[in-house]
Amino acid sequence: MMKKIAISAITALGLSAGAGLAAEGGKVHDVDFSFEGPFGTFDQMQLQRGLKVYTQVCSACHGLKYVPIRTLGNEGGPNLPDDQVRAYAAQNFEVFDEALEDYRPAKPTDHFPESALENSPDLSLMAKARAGFHGPYGTGMAQLFKGMGGPEYIVSLLTGYTGETKTQAGTTLYENTAFPGGWISMAPPLYGEDVEFADGHENTIESQAEDVAAFLMWTAEPKMMARKDAGLTGVIFLTVLTVLLYLTNKRIWKPVKNRNKTG
Amino acid sequence: MSGIPHDHYEPASGGAKWLHKRLPIVGLLYDTIMIPTPKNLNWMWIWGIVLTFCLVLQIVTGIVLAMHYTPHVDLAFASIEHIMRNVNGGHFIRYLHMNGASLFFFAVYLHIFRGLYYGSYKPPREITWIIGMLIYLLMMGTAFMGYVLPWGQMSFWGATVITGLFGAIPFVGDAIQTWLLGGPAVDNATLNRFFSLHYLLPFVIAALVVVHIWAFHTTGNNNPTGVEVRRGSKAEAEKDTVPFWPYFVLKDLFALALILVVFFAIVGFMPNYLGHPDNYIEANPLVTPSHIVPEWYFLPFYAILRAFTSDVWVVMAANWITGGIIDAKFFGVLAMFGAIIVMALAPWLDTSGVRSGRYRPMFKWWFALLVVDFIVLMWAGAMPAEPPYSTISLIGSAYWFVYFLVILPLLGVIEKPLPQPETIEEDFAAHKTATGGTETVVSPAE
Repeated sequence: MMKKIAISAITALGLSAGAGLAAEGGKVHDVDFSFEGPFGTFDQMQLQRGLKVYTQVCSACHGLKYVPIRTLGNEGGPNLPDDQVRAYAAQNFEVFDEALEDYRPAKPTDHFPESALENSPDLSLMAKARAGFHGPYGTGMAQLFKGMGGPEYIVSLLTGYTGETKTQAGTTLYENTAFPGGWISMAPPLYGEDVEFADGHENTIESQAEDVAAFLMWTAEPKMMARKDAGLTGVIFLTVLTVLLYLTNKRIWKPVKNRNKTG
Repeated sequence: MSGIPHDHYEPASGGAKWLHKRLPIVGLLYDTIMIPTPKNLNWMWIWGIVLTFCLVLQIVTGIVLAMHYTPHVDLAFASIEHIMRNVNGGHFIRYLHMNGASLFFFAVYLHIFRGLYYGSYKPPREITWIIGMLIYLLMMGTAFMGYVLPWGQMSFWGATVITGLFGAIPFVGDAIQTWLLGGPAVDNATLNRFFSLHYLLPFVIAALVVVHIWAFHTTGNNNPTGVEVRRGSKAEAEKDTVPFWPYFVLKDLFALALILVVFFAIVGFMPNYLGHPDNYIEANPLVTPSHIVPEWYFLPFYAILRAFTSDVWVVMAANWITGGIIDAKFFGVLAMFGAIIVMALAPWLDTSGVRSGRYRPMFKWWFALLVVDFIVLMWAGAMPAEPPYSTISLIGSAYWFVYFLVILPLLGVIEKPLPQPETIEEDFAAHKTATGGTETVVSPAE
């Protein structure tokens, strides 16, 4: 029955972004991000570079509607000073204010705008939504041992254009080695040296792709560092508790076991 | 309470006597917590405490989440993101709740397989077993409806597929499906009623857990030998048992703490590993995911659901005999629910007079195969419904039914069981004190 639903929906709507029917595409390469593993943390400078790539390139079409701009100032994130967050909001985005019935410059309390184009998906959660599903063969090994997930997919997608194009039903499609099906309607967004960094950091395609992928991991999981801290604290305290309970349990049972032996 | 002779609560002070005459609640708690428990229980008897903890964890975290969640198709997904980003500690509470469901099912499967191996379902514990199966069914319903609430793509399409199962019932299926959904398709009415029921059912489960405990406190615990506690006198009973407090409370708490170390590592370091990434995409009725899969704990039964396609001979036979009333889809639904029903009927399908699998040389191997079968089905359920996975699912599903319907009844007749120990005391002396007695106690208190 699922097959029926799937087939009818796909034929009715054409190929959707998630529906990978063709065998091509889907090539994702591993990237070593700073935030992988139990002790991995976000690289604050990388998040700030990624924010710049997002603002100057991605935000032309895509939105981040679940992300409040003020969180750019949060610890465990890009950690921008308050005045920079205010300036960033005001300079880059306008929002429609229902009270004013007009557009006004964005404030830190506003969220990032929604996608400007209807067909461009919102990127807030993309790094978690494109984590892949536990390959290879459903064993989950790539995630578990290499830490591969959504950010790797984003980097692979942004660097996976072959330069080939084709026109289908009036839409130009671009060949991409990472996108499921192999053909994507998004034009190559990065060409290298798209963004100049104030500290003169490298701005090749690969480097910019990694920066923006890291930034999108933060937008998807802004509390990641707090979560790992809490998890580690939990593990440490529970380990101590486990040891104490082990010793208590052993001591309590000792007379029972001895009584039985002698009696 | 258990029919095993033991000391009962005697109110000592005047106040305690006054209360005991009017409401013997202290006595009830005392008898419950001091129940004589077979002293040879092994580490597979810890899952009850883990499950109780899971139920409390899910209710507590769930109530907090419900304070911030909005059950509306336009707002549900955003309200989850609000919890993840703006509610203090909300991200951790949600991950505890998400992964708590996984721990709950992990524990319940080990608990069930423990019961299947040691014959805990056999007389006189059939009611305990049946109540347990009801709890398990309610857990599945609760987990399924909870998974719909974030209103992601898998929430929506999972709900569409699973409620569609009821549509497969001949003649009245469509009407039942519409009644369940509150409309022609999964929509706001569905989300609202799922939220309401997801909040209600855990309390029904809690009530059934009380009945479950009541039932096995009446019969007494099973134990790894399957030999009953001697009940002739208090002195005799005390040779086979120790009071639940403090011996098993501490043992179980130690095991629980150890399990929670792993649980917190998963919640802290890889909280989305067991979930499906598509659920971070908001539900869209116009876009079907290429591959709809339920959460891992439903996969074995999902594999059974999908295994019986129209080209399988039993399906064709059923179709022919019923004149087309039972088609492949309905057959799959019957097989899925049937898989749980045959498990619930185990007390009456198992003909062996020996309770514990420890003394059943042939049963042991068939049981081990059942465990492997369960894991294979779980894996096959996550794979696309195409060869070779469909064939593997079919073989796995067939074995599940053969085990309960053929092997369990036959083994009781053809198997020659090994000698069982006379008493629990004898077994305990043979197993526990051999190593336990020689070890020295290391205690920080000394």
